[in-house]
Amino acid sequence: MITLNINGRSHQVDADPETPLLWVLREWLGLTGTKYGCGVAQCGACSVHVDGAVMRSCQIQVGTLGKSKVITIEALSPDGLSHRIQKAWLDHEVPQCGYCQSGQIMAAAALLKAKPNPTDADIDEAITNICRCGTYPRIRAAIHAAARGAKA
Amino acid sequence: MGKIENLGRRAFLATASATAGGMSLSWSFPADAAAAGVEVGIWAVIHPDDTVVIRIARSEMGQGTLTGLAQLVAEELDCKWSKVKTEYIAPEINFAKNRAWGDMSTGGSRGIRTSVPYVQKGGAAAKAMLIAAAAAKWNVPVAECSSADSVITHKPSGRRLRYGEVAEAASKLPVPADPALKPQAEWKIAGKGVKRLDTVEKLSGRLVYAIDVKLPDMLNAAIAQCPVFGGKLKSFNADKIKAMPGVRHVLRVDDVSVAVVADKWYQAKTALAAMPIEWDEGPNAKVSSASIAAFLKEGLDAPQAGVGHKYGDAAGAIAGAAKKVEAVYATPFLNHATLEPQNCTAKVSDDGVEIWVGSQNGDASLAAAAEAGGVKLSQVKVHKHHLGGGFGRRGQQDYVRQAVLIAKQVPGKPIKLIWSREEDMEHGYYRPITQAKMSAGLDAQGNVTGLHMRISGQSILAYLLPSRMENGVDPVQFQGLIPSEFGYLAIPNLLVDHAMRNTHVPVGFWRGVNVNQNAVYLECFIDELAHAAGKDPLAFRRQLMAKNPKQLAVLNAACAKAGYDKPLPKGVFRGICQYTGFGSYTASVAEVSVSAKGELKIHRIVAATDCGIAVNPDQIAAQVEGSFAYGLSAALYSECTIENGRVVQSNFDSYEVARMADMPKVETVIVASGGFWGGVGEPTIAVAAPAVLNAIFAATGKRVRSLPLKHHDLKKA
Repeated sequence: MITLNINGRSHQVDADPETPLLWVLREWLGLTGTKYGCGVAQCGACSVHVDGAVMRSCQIQVGTLGKSKVITIEALSPDGLSHRIQKAWLDHEVPQCGYCQSGQIMAAAALLKAKPNPTDADIDEAITNICRCGTYPRIRAAIHAAARGAKA
Repeated sequence: MGKIENLGRRAFLATASATAGGMSLSWSFPADAAAAGVEVGIWAVIHPDDTVVIRIARSEMGQGTLTGLAQLVAEELDCKWSKVKTEYIAPEINFAKNRAWGDMSTGGSRGIRTSVPYVQKGGAAAKAMLIAAAAAKWNVPVAECSSADSVITHKPSGRRLRYGEVAEAASKLPVPADPALKPQAEWKIAGKGVKRLDTVEKLSGRLVYAIDVKLPDMLNAAIAQCPVFGGKLKSFNADKIKAMPGVRHVLRVDDVSVAVVADKWYQAKTALAAMPIEWDEGPNAKVSSASIAAFLKEGLDAPQAGVGHKYGDAAGAIAGAAKKVEAVYATPFLNHATLEPQNCTAKVSDDGVEIWVGSQNGDASLAAAAEAGGVKLSQVKVHKHHLGGGFGRRGQQDYVRQAVLIAKQVPGKPIKLIWSREEDMEHGYYRPITQAKMSAGLDAQGNVTGLHMRISGQSILAYLLPSRMENGVDPVQFQGLIPSEFGYLAIPNLLVDHAMRNTHVPVGFWRGVNVNQNAVYLECFIDELAHAAGKDPLAFRRQLMAKNPKQLAVLNAACAKAGYDKPLPKGVFRGICQYTGFGSYTASVAEVSVSAKGELKIHRIVAATDCGIAVNPDQIAAQVEGSFAYGLSAALYSECTIENGRVVQSNFDSYEVARMADMPKVETVIVASGGFWGGVGEPTIAVAAPAVLNAIFAATGKRVRSLPLKHHDLKKA
């Protein structure tokens, strides 16, 4: 049994310690908001926050997490809508198919925490998640809008 | 029309939600509220609190069709938009009711444009029934009543009734066959950039895609298919992995694939990777990209070819021209690479087959499940989920068939089959590979005397739908080049033909289909001709488009918005193009720079589209932006190459796609010239790559004639 701190709660998980966090979230804990897209850290659909930093959960073996605190899209805000990134996403009608958006939102939230007023270059560097629908221009606009809102 | 027996479906959802923990769908609502709603006609269910649930037959894969269709129904229904919800009509119900909700297939940018007549009529019919019910209640003539915002008003007396108050009575009235539709000038919901109806649950991770389905007693399957197309599964050693964690079954799926079924998918995938498998690679094991390229090259000059568009004498005009221009272009196989890998959950029991799937064609999923399950069509239930990307891939039903074949061997248990990304990359229905030889003649004044466009390469219809071939010719091959679409009818002599060269690689409809390749060939070559004639690319096109006013208006609109006549910042260069497809006219202007090291930067894209009637301008803009991301992925990075008969690229590290840093600003110009319904999801992709390639030529003097661009050194010569 492995003890994990996920979304502010302690969970006992009966999984091999080498199992990637992505699959423990999805299959052992039923938290399917975190998505599988590639399994090799390329697409970012599985992005979560580990001790406040955005990480690709397909590359984290659960046995290495120890007391680290994991936050998934389900717990980014209490109602799933009230984080400033989520609000900006709604205002800008960012999602198309939506499959990558959990990861995009987690990456964007982490970016704003680290850089409250990111430049376009900061966004290019931080948001490397793949979106096949091509919501990139709206993601960029929504991040800038969320940053502006935070200052107001 | 009687009540549809879909309460069972809703009751199921409620049960699944309670037992499986967190299964929720954006269009579901509490079972008691559902029970209180009544159907008024077949397209709308109206509740006492005025909530209107609009039925959707097409699939939502990000393209916004769900919202657009709901807008069209709601407009005619005169209901309050803030109280509109949607639900998919189940394919088995559509089948049982003789396809009352029409075609479920969602591709070819048809989702809205071919649904229009019947969804508008459905909304108008429901409105007429509600008004008739209110008029009967008041005992007044229907003509004295009007409707707005889900309220019916009796004008002379000022009496009002809400839709929710008369829905029950309205549901019992006959459905009018030919209700009057509103003039477009009176639209309040359709034609407006209202917010999508499916956004909120995409922000919180709560939307349940098919890959997220949770069912009691569910097991998970991972699959391996013969990596060489045309090969077979020879043998596998299940004993080696049977003791691995979670493994329950190791099953032959069909002649070409084997699956491991385990408690968790991660366990199934891990065990499958550890299992020794022998493949019979078959007759294609030596095919390579090089052998395919040689095969296609031969077709460029082959005497026999199917004709797509011909008038005058192109060969004679080119032979006798003052100047002859010739160029050969090539584009590779491409994978759709939907971010949600292919997956399907299936349960086979004595009652029949039940599947949970993201599909671009609910009818086809139903049929595939019935066939694989060996049951009647009436014994299949299909739960449609929103798709994590479609782009044409999910019109094919291979993964549905496989899921049912696996579930059949584990009866009574739901089995979720998920393809790994690697399987997804190596087993697509790829965008076909083609080459084109472009030849043209110019007279002494630089006027085009004739054009011959010879395409050589693989046909989609020959592979997928041979019954739709016409006298051995694949008409889809000539998208954008046929008489009703070709933009340069002022060229005096024309021949467009296709030497079909089919490989062993499966091909399919990839967003935009053949407009992608055809537009690169034609629009880059037109630019070459302008250069050879010493003319400005826009002025040159305008002359050739004298007989194409619709196309020219769109090109002019894009150029006007881009400020074509104004100078660009130092080091920035412009490229233009135009194309027609899926019933819409499109054009774009790209502004790029290329550094001394040869690094490309796309600064700005201006794209214009004339889709006739615009249902939701903001979603049209979103589709245009998305078309550029998908089209620029193809232009810049993506390719599937073949070695030893198989696809080389296995994940996003080798199959690269556009990311944020690659993506320019996209400004959309909607030219809604009215009078027709054009497609939106695909047409604009045609003008993504050629404008950029033409701008690169302007910047560097280098003509890129094969994609992707990553193989070309753009350093100035």
